[in-house]
This record gives sequence, structure tokens and C-alpha cells, in this order.
Amino acid sequence: MPLGSGETLRLGEELKPFRERVKELSGEDVGLCYQCGACSSGCPLTDEMDLLPSTVMRLVQLGVEDVLNSKTIWICSSCFTCQVRCPRGIDVANVMEALRQLVLRRRYDRVSIDILTQEELRELPQIALVSCQRKLTG
Amino acid sequence: MHHLAPIRVLLRVEEAVDAGLVDEPRVVTLCAMCYNTLKRANHLYRNDADKRRVIESIMEKESRPYGGKAEVIHLLQLLKEVGWEKVSERVEKPLEGLKIAPYYGCLLLRPRGFGIDDPEEPRIMESLIEALGGEVVDIPFKSRCCGAYHTVFMKEEAAELSYKILRQASEMGADLIALSCPLCMFNMADRKSLIERLFRDFKGIPVLYFTQLMALAFGLEEEAHLDENNPDPRPLLRERGLWR
Repeated sequence: MPLGSGETLRLGEELKPFRERVKELSGEDVGLCYQCGACSSGCPLTDEMDLLPSTVMRLVQLGVEDVLNSKTIWICSSCFTCQVRCPRGIDVANVMEALRQLVLRRRYDRVSIDILTQEELRELPQIALVSCQRKLTG
Repeated sequence: MHHLAPIRVLLRVEEAVDAGLVDEPRVVTLCAMCYNTLKRANHLYRNDADKRRVIESIMEKESRPYGGKAEVIHLLQLLKEVGWEKVSERVEKPLEGLKIAPYYGCLLLRPRGFGIDDPEEPRIMESLIEALGGEVVDIPFKSRCCGAYHTVFMKEEAAELSYKILRQASEMGADLIALSCPLCMFNMADRKSLIERLFRDFKGIPVLYFTQLMALAFGLEEEAHLDENNPDPRPLLRERGLWR
């Protein structure tokens, strides 16, 4: 089912493994989320996202694996503002990391530094290149 | 294996104690990202038995296993421990009349439980600025993300985040921004020309490491390396009588 189609989502047994995998990888219980939206309201990068962080949380609760196709998980910069503000104590940034890992472990790289020009490579500091590769490549 | 490198660094700290080079297994970092990475890896190693086993299994060629004893602190924490009064005593040239906006970014304060101060109401850099005789300008975006590594593949989006922080500091009357993280420094200072191209109303504001402000206040002009900042803070400091 495409995201945002407006149809009713049903949480079936066949969808549970995805939610469990996210829990196992992140250590976070997404079931605690009651959709207050604090994560989304404090997130500095929502302008660039296709789904709000709180929507990602809801979809993970419902076991919708299609959330892995969302742009949002790659836009999250792990600034942890959501982690500090979540009234349910969920580390939302950690959930985003688990979602990235689920994709990266399929030998997927979101970015490749091969496309950077020599000039870009010269000006970019190691701290940017290393943290970028750490987050966005498998 | 993301945690191997930081754990090897922490093992070197314990080895330094073994060798009698230092008394305590403490490591002080200047960089916010080093602080965060070392501190969080240390926590995982101490508390996650699975991770610890995996890390140990691939560190078999080390002299000994890491004992989990190293403490990771940031230089600002060490200064606080030394005492702000002691810091004040060293000041030869108080930063009088200099309006400084402390900028923490993410990694000094978050995730909760790993920061050097309260994640929402930090005071530590403010205390340092006051100890140096400067005036604190409290900006709401002081712990908002600068764009971080998105400067590699989404540089315009990252530049917008940094621009908003810089603009807010300017609008609130700050003369300059003080920070700790080299990636924030890159995004806020080295990306200046990109920010200027994207946002025509942008007025540059000097961005300095907090250590440069310390050097300036301690009378160590050479060591402050203010010729490396962009924009150059020296004309402004000269105006205030803080530079020759």
C-alpha cells in the first residue's frame, strides 16, 4: 500500500517482524509513542523530509516496512533534539538509525564520495566526510 | 564495527596509566564530536555485553583488553572543575564589552545523559565567557543543528541551517559566536561564501573557537590564531581595544 493513500492500515501478524526488527536494532519500544508530535515540532530538518518523524514512528508501530523507502530516514542528522524532548523517553534518532541500518545492511549506499569533485574533496574536512559515510553508507 | 576505533583510543588511556604517564584514566577532548563518540562508545562497552564481546573478539592483538575504566571529559568540563574563579585569575585582557553568543550545537549536549550540561538550558560556555569578562548573548538556536555532515551532499540545505543560526546571533546583537565543534565551524565559517550566495541579506559574523577567546583574554595573541578565521574578527576586536 502506498504511503499517504488514506486507506485504513491494519496491523496484521505478518507485519510484526518488521516492528520487532526495529526494536531489536534500536533498543527502543516504538509502542510507547502516543503521537504527541514533539519530535516533529523540534526537528530542524522537517522542511527536507517527506514524512514527519512522528509519522515514521506511527508507521513503524503499524509495521509498515515501506517506511524504509522514505527520504526522512536519510535526512535525519542525528542531532538528538527529539531524544531530549520525547515525553515517552523514546530515542527517535536511534529508531532512525535502525531504519537506516536495515537498508544499509542490504549492501546499499545512499551516497558515494566518488561523485565529488577534486575541489570539493579538498575543501571538505575529514570530520564531514567521515561522519557522512558513517551515516549514509553500508 | 563502528565502536572499535573509539574503544582502542580508550584502551590507550588505560595503557598510559599502566605506564605511569598519567595518574588517572581520564581523557580530555577539544572536539565535540570526539567527545560524543568516545563517551557513547564507552557507555556501550560498559553496558552492552553483546557489543563488548564482539569488540573484544576483534581486539585480541592488543596488549590487553580494555577495562572500561577511562573517563571521557570535554575541556569545558575540566575548566569548570578547575573553577571559573581560577580561570578569571588568568585573564590579562578581559573581553569587556564584547557580546558573545555561545553556540553548543548537538554533540556537546545530546543525547540526554551524555552531554556536558543540561541539554535544554546549558550554562557552561556562558560561565566561561563571563569568567573571561565577556558579555553573553543568549540565542534560542544555541543548540540547534548546523547541518552537520549534510554539508557534503546537501550543502545548500545545510547552509540554510547555519545561516539561520548566524542571522539570529547577528539580529540579537552578538559581535561574534563561540563554539567548540570543528564541523560547526566549517558549516558556519568556511561555508560563508555559499551562505552569502544563497541569502543576499546575510551579514557575516565572526565565529571563533572558545579556546581562541581564552587565548585572547589570557594575553596569548599569537596562540589565538585569529588570522585563520573568516570573517576576520580582528577589525572588530581592534575597535573594542582588544587587539593591537
